[in-house]
Amino acid sequence: MNLYAYASPATFYHLAGRLIPWFAWGAGLLTVWGLYVGFFVAPTDFQQSEAYRIIFIHVPAAWMSMFIYLVMAFWGAIGLAFNTRLSFMMARALAPTGAMFTFVALWTGAWWGKPMWGAWWVWDARLTSELILLFLYVGIIALWAAIDDIKRGDRAGSLLTLIGAINVPIIYFSVKWWNTLHQGATIKPSGTSMDAIMLQGMLVMAFAAWFYTIAVALVRVRRIILERERHTEWVKALLAKEI
Amino acid sequence: MGRTVKPRHKKLLAIVLALAGIGIATALILNAFRSNLVFFFSPTEVAEGKAPTDRAFRIGGLVEDGSVKRQADGLTVSFVVTDTAKSIPVTYKGILPDLFKEGKGVVAEGKLGEDGLFTATQVLAKHDENYMPPEAAHALEQAAKAQNTLVAQ
Repeated sequence: MNLYAYASPATFYHLAGRLIPWFAWGAGLLTVWGLYVGFFVAPTDFQQSEAYRIIFIHVPAAWMSMFIYLVMAFWGAIGLAFNTRLSFMMARALAPTGAMFTFVALWTGAWWGKPMWGAWWVWDARLTSELILLFLYVGIIALWAAIDDIKRGDRAGSLLTLIGAINVPIIYFSVKWWNTLHQGATIKPSGTSMDAIMLQGMLVMAFAAWFYTIAVALVRVRRIILERERHTEWVKALLAKEI
Repeated sequence: MGRTVKPRHKKLLAIVLALAGIGIATALILNAFRSNLVFFFSPTEVAEGKAPTDRAFRIGGLVEDGSVKRQADGLTVSFVVTDTAKSIPVTYKGILPDLFKEGKGVVAEGKLGEDGLFTATQVLAKHDENYMPPEAAHALEQAAKAQNTLVAQ
């Protein structure tokens, strides 16, 4: 099998169409499993009691907000280096989901911060750098929307994505580098300071977020492919068949 | 036209400029974080004179065991923030967060008086990154106590 064939939008369009149901169903089942473990099986925490349960949404969302950004930067770099059309389309398809997860991480964080810390928001390094991530996502999406020429827009947006990628390690290590109100990492190379069943719920929710992201990114990239390739024979043939 | 820039050189120039931009942006962000986003100072840093004396700042550490005292008005609380090396007495009038406890993390914002008393306007609880059921926490506590008695003997 020639993997490079899938760099062609026409081939990838059909592959994505076959993959979407698997990832969508996977996301749904994993979410049900993860939420059940998180809210009904996992024990109460020794100091935060029930309020800690927001972790099952907050942490997967925060992980995805950073991870999606890195994937976008990866596709942007591939696109800039090899001028591959599909990579730019993937970058554009991922951005709205990344922005959504960043927003969810900030929002659930505020909900967690008020009862536990005593404040909705503080300007500590972790929270501020995550807010900068949200601005980066919004800025990149706005830049793409502002430039009508697709090729120029792709390049400008991907360049901005690459420059902003420096923020991701800053977010991740902020709790280590500076005094922050936000607590340090629970999952570290040296071990995990979390009860096993709590960890299970959190990891299942993280996988659910992955599956969801892949499913919606593929749906979005199919739309982008159709829009950009609308003048080609294969899209005309496809549309004629569907009408 | 005397000189024309080769496309290859133009691309190289663009990459160099972009890298320089990233470098400057990083330096600026890190610098801003270093000077402004030190969220709190530890009592040791305050003792070393690193905290600002002319404006409000935050101190962070552990609430010393046995130091929490409530005044008769029911709102004013005094306690001691410690990093086990140095400690600072704090007074605060207001509602404390649920997680505020002796022996736990705390961040207080306010001003340091000349008498060394820190008058806080806001008190935040800082929790750690450990999550476990109460029984496990209790078991750990018992184990630590047993360890201590062994050492004492």
